[in-house]
Amino acid sequence: MTKWKNGDTVSLAILRHDPGKMKEPHYEAFQVKAGKDTTVLEALFQILENQDHSLAFRYSCRSAVCGSCAMFINGKYRLACSTLISELGREVIVQPLPHMPIIKDLVVDLTTFFEKYNIVKPYVVPIKPPPEKEWIQSPKQRSKINDSTDCILCAACYSSCPSVWTGKRYLGPAALLQAYRFAADSRDGILKDRVAVLSSEDGLWRCHTIFNCTEACPKNLNPARFIENLKRTTTKETLKARIPFLR
Amino acid sequence: MMFQHDVIIVGGGLAGLRAAIEASALIDTAVISRVHPLRSHTKAAQGGINAALANAEKGRDDTPEKHAFDTVKGSDFLADQDAAELMTSMAPRCIFEFDHWGCAFSRTDEGKIAQRAFGGAGYPRTCYGADRTGLYLLQTAYEQTVKRDVKEYQEYFVTSLIVDGESCRGVIALNVRTGELVPIAAKATILATGGLAWIYSISTNSMINTGNGMTIAYRAGVPLKDMEFVQFHPTGLYPNGILITEGARGEGGYLVNAKGERFMERYAPKAMELAPRDIVSRSIQKEIDEGRAFENAYVHLDLRHLGREKIMTRLPGIREICLLFGGLDPIDKPIPIRPAAHYTMGGIDCNLNCETPLKGLYAAGECACISVHGSNRLGGNSLLDCVVFGKVAGDKAAKFARSLPNRADEGLVRSSLEREQKRIEAFQKGNGTEEPATMRDEVRFILTQKVGMFRSGSDLEEALRQIRGARERFTQLRPVNVGNVFNLDLIRTFEVEAMLELAEIITASALARKESRGAHVRLDFPQRDDEHFLKHTLAHYTPTGPKLDYSDVKITRYKPEARKY
Repeated sequence: MTKWKNGDTVSLAILRHDPGKMKEPHYEAFQVKAGKDTTVLEALFQILENQDHSLAFRYSCRSAVCGSCAMFINGKYRLACSTLISELGREVIVQPLPHMPIIKDLVVDLTTFFEKYNIVKPYVVPIKPPPEKEWIQSPKQRSKINDSTDCILCAACYSSCPSVWTGKRYLGPAALLQAYRFAADSRDGILKDRVAVLSSEDGLWRCHTIFNCTEACPKNLNPARFIENLKRTTTKETLKARIPFLR
Repeated sequence: MMFQHDVIIVGGGLAGLRAAIEASALIDTAVISRVHPLRSHTKAAQGGINAALANAEKGRDDTPEKHAFDTVKGSDFLADQDAAELMTSMAPRCIFEFDHWGCAFSRTDEGKIAQRAFGGAGYPRTCYGADRTGLYLLQTAYEQTVKRDVKEYQEYFVTSLIVDGESCRGVIALNVRTGELVPIAAKATILATGGLAWIYSISTNSMINTGNGMTIAYRAGVPLKDMEFVQFHPTGLYPNGILITEGARGEGGYLVNAKGERFMERYAPKAMELAPRDIVSRSIQKEIDEGRAFENAYVHLDLRHLGREKIMTRLPGIREICLLFGGLDPIDKPIPIRPAAHYTMGGIDCNLNCETPLKGLYAAGECACISVHGSNRLGGNSLLDCVVFGKVAGDKAAKFARSLPNRADEGLVRSSLEREQKRIEAFQKGNGTEEPATMRDEVRFILTQKVGMFRSGSDLEEALRQIRGARERFTQLRPVNVGNVFNLDLIRTFEVEAMLELAEIITASALARKESRGAHVRLDFPQRDDEHFLKHTLAHYTPTGPKLDYSDVKITRYKPEARKY
């Protein structure tokens, strides 16, 4: 790739849409100045503040942890705040998360995404009254939930999943990752209830192991692995319920 | 359209959600947040949360009393000691609560909550979940509000309070997704809107931390307390300021200058890298100012001797940040760092019950000032402040709301709404040429240059003149975007208005405090002056700028002494 000089001009093509005012989304090109450390989010701010005061996008932490700015940038799922323009080249194409309803420009509607998150009971339900102090959870037990605790719910995986595109009610990789996180927590006591939700028609088995979620995750998590793990747990629990001597 | 609840909470970060958990058990409660609660700044907290659990090998003798003393000493004796005692005595219970709700704390070999060393603390007292403690706590708090089905107003930007003369009756908020301005009436309102450190050019904070919640209270007549005390975190990643946790030093990281010296030897020979933040930040800045920095701009935080294993298990988030934003792997290379604005010790004046002087209005978390942090907060005490006083505020507000029969008068709600509508129209009909974003950059620059870690009377006077000039020019804005849906330009304008107001309050408070204490250092008054300034600054709103007076510091058992580490 050619060397970057501070102040190089880059072309950003942004997919614009305002559903209340226009029928179809369209691309609009902007020129911005970028140094070797300029991020896509900073470029969006340059446009908002100097060129088009109507541009809409989400942001908050600008340090890759809040999950606000997941977008589809040069054909990949990325966080705008942690994507350097210098790593993309001089032509940058920014789209909102695909397959999601657009509120405006790069802002998508996450209502359904979070409704599905709520369905998996995303919280620990203890099996017995809690002790005086903390629950005893060994480092080995804690390691069972490692990584699954680090999801920032940015919805990149959900937007990337073909089973979500074609199955409107399918829970999707983010909600299933959360389901794993609680099912695997030694402090949780409602595995049976969880299995019932997960084995429903719109649950786990709609995952066809395509691995788009794993490729899309900007935090390098592996939702597909957690879903596989849940499939094993669910199978075991279902068999145990049906075959007495396995209990 | 008008919404009504018994208790409303403005802010969906840790303090706000903790308040919601408490209040919703008693009464109808709603959370209003300018972003989805899971995008709140709490999520960026890394290192941990303090409580004297005595779980660590070297921490067996720890007690809440020792935690209170460390907090008071760290505050340079400006904290209210009854508040510090209340916070540290409630700390263990509040942390166990989060564990019982499933928070993903790291564990000791015995399976207890793991604790690490942090600055200014006598024992390893900081409970952590790797270096993602804020994410885990916020996630857990949010999960509990999902479980309790707490009503949320996501992406509602609150612009003002509804006040009927003597009490607060709710808020007026802009629905960011539709552009509609709506009243949300309530018997009790809790502000948990976070800090203002984005007001400095070099900052660890989220971009949403512009301090709007504080100005909303201020405009309604509630004083802002101790606003001159802004904490600079010693280790902001160079150049963009992203936070590198104090836990990196807690795990054994060194600070090294360009000459290869562990320079903290000169400033805090006993505590070294784990002196309180004000001291470490000033030491780093001195190294930079005196020419012992790399490229005259930064020093190194060296973690290499900790080894791959420790970095991968205890500091994985730091490694990720360094790879993403610094282009380096801390396993092989030292991290370039410099101090960055981090935390607002001051805030909305409130008491131990989180009550502000305005009836029905409560405050908790970083936007509030009780004060538990005085002039300098210890690392690990901010998340604690959020969980303890979030809980207190939720409880007190709910009980207050229960005792109150009637809600806001419709005429009052209508007139409050019309006032805000007019304010927005005035922005949109602006006939000047001033650019809000440029004014924002200007004010951030002025504060960073002249109201930073080292201050002087002449710099502060100059800054105050410039800020007042900028405030006058704010009336000459260009017309603000008129769109309804996700109008970031309009929100930016509200933010800049708040930032200008807060900059004036910070600077005026700093100019009046003619001493050096904690995070506030006056080169022209280098000593702490307990005789004249062992007191809280209170800034009151007047149309022509803040009017200052002072209130006493509550001292229970710790007599102010010289602060050595």
